[in-house]
Amino acid sequence: MNDKVKILIVDDEKIVRESLFHWFEEEGYKVDTAESGEDALKKFEKGKFDLFLLDMKMPGMSGLELLKKIKEADQDAIVILITAFASVSSAITALKDGAYDYVTKPVDPDELAHLVKKAVEQRALKIENEQLKEKLQEIIKPDNLIGESRQMKKIYDLIQTVAPTDTTVMIRGESGTGKELVAKAIHINSKRKYFPIVTVNCGALAESLLESELFGHEKGAFTGAQFKRKGKFEMADGGTIFLDEVGSVSQKMQIELLRVIETRQFSRVGGNQLIKSDFRIIAATNEPLEDLVKSGKFREDLYYRLNVFSLVVPPLRERRQDIPLLAHYFLNRFTTAMNKPIKEISPEATDFIVKYDWPGNVRELENAIERAVVVGKNNSIKVEDLPFQLSAVEDNSGDKSLSAFEKKHIQKILNENNWNISRSAHILEIDRVTLYNKINKYGLRQIN
Amino acid sequence: MKIHLLPVRFTNSALLASVKENLTNIFNDVEVINIDINIDEAYSKEREQYFSTIIIAETIKKTVQLIGKVIIITDVDLYIPVLTFIYGEAQLNGKHSIVSVCRLHEEFYSGKTDETLLRIRTMKEILHEIGHNFGLKHCINWDCVMHSSTSIEEVDIKGSYYCTSCMKNIIF
Repeated sequence: MNDKVKILIVDDEKIVRESLFHWFEEEGYKVDTAESGEDALKKFEKGKFDLFLLDMKMPGMSGLELLKKIKEADQDAIVILITAFASVSSAITALKDGAYDYVTKPVDPDELAHLVKKAVEQRALKIENEQLKEKLQEIIKPDNLIGESRQMKKIYDLIQTVAPTDTTVMIRGESGTGKELVAKAIHINSKRKYFPIVTVNCGALAESLLESELFGHEKGAFTGAQFKRKGKFEMADGGTIFLDEVGSVSQKMQIELLRVIETRQFSRVGGNQLIKSDFRIIAATNEPLEDLVKSGKFREDLYYRLNVFSLVVPPLRERRQDIPLLAHYFLNRFTTAMNKPIKEISPEATDFIVKYDWPGNVRELENAIERAVVVGKNNSIKVEDLPFQLSAVEDNSGDKSLSAFEKKHIQKILNENNWNISRSAHILEIDRVTLYNKINKYGLRQIN
Repeated sequence: MKIHLLPVRFTNSALLASVKENLTNIFNDVEVINIDINIDEAYSKEREQYFSTIIIAETIKKTVQLIGKVIIITDVDLYIPVLTFIYGEAQLNGKHSIVSVCRLHEEFYSGKTDETLLRIRTMKEILHEIGHNFGLKHCINWDCVMHSSTSIEEVDIKGSYYCTSCMKNIIF
């Protein structure tokens, strides 16, 4: 529909601007006008236009100069030049500079209408084509690998780059940032996607158990080993093994791991038979491996074996714009699972969760939303439904006044003392009545 | 809604009577008014055409007291700067509009006279411009008279009346 197409008419003659404005307005286009190249650029900076109609000859910046500037800023912009018969040669130059077409004054209305229609349709097709291409190139993501921030887009690019290769990947990032999801994304975008991705949480298992977990064991290998069992490396044959918290692996296991990574061969615990397995390794850690290497706690050779392609998942506080997206994803998931009628997160609560630093990252946000859905009694999630204290939120309001500071301090003391007024007043060295007055003045309230 | 039909440099009385009759079938109150509008200022010697916006501006000055819509019908060839010609012009969401029958004559294209075709084309363009007065923009429906027509073929192809969607905006 034409009403979505924005046209900017640039002509120094008011009469031409107005005539074309009304003519295109009747066609249903959104039309704006500019009386000079300079004016046009100002309007262009403020908003996007799909099509520009430029008069070739204008005082100040000419149509040709304006064309170049528009094209510098937006290569896909459609520019049609309007020229007098005498300057057709410069119109041809304009075509070389990227103009879509030119018309000579006066132009047949049918010609102009169809030229603009064709240009707009071509632009729409081009945009559609790019969107389809983008979709084709888009990586397949696990449902909850969410984020449209610049940082996450970079992660998606890296996933796309490394996934089709068999390169070992080391995923770094704070706890709860979604390292396992990134590993899954790499796996499902690789040629190994038809085989399993096997996850081993190296930090959660004692050394002896980890060995059996990774390599499997033969019947009778140790007390309680009543049956033969395949290890994770064996199960990952054809697929990917994801070694989470690899920084906490013991020195002995590090030697074992190094050997397996180099040979892709191992024996089950209590067995002699060499087992071959074709797996890709993705490791993850939230520990500073370089420091562990320096202090001798992590083998340098294993570090280099694992750290072939490194990828750092940013903490949530560094990609705050993704917080509402993630929160709504979790909200939908939990409200559906719990059959709750909560439809949204209130603007205040959204503001609150965006400002909060989320030391536990996405996992903490997920838990917070789950808890809020459990306790929420309204159609929307309120600040009171969230499981943390107001004082936990950094004040980014920029209000440096004494009263702002006082408000924050009183709220903190009240929270720390479970809103015991007498105790809080005593700590603040004010009487209870004054504290009540200040609570009212600042509109403070108890959370939870 | 009252429709004032204002002939300016218009000689075809049979066509005027036909337009009035047809408009009366659609709108409650149609009146042919005779007001002297000087359109000399609108004439371009170079183009041998009349600038429609100036004719409308001149008409506005002399029809302030009128309530309803004012549609000017003329024989002269109309233009707006940049375009070679126009069939008509209207104030979007306004009171005034103009239609030229100059290029609606079949003689203009084939040399043959066809009064019936002229009447049909004129009614289409008049309803089209009145539609703009009621705030309508061009319609994508080819069966609707509000479809854009920048050539005579398109005038002939498009419908003779408002589509259901456009009709909602018209006050009869």
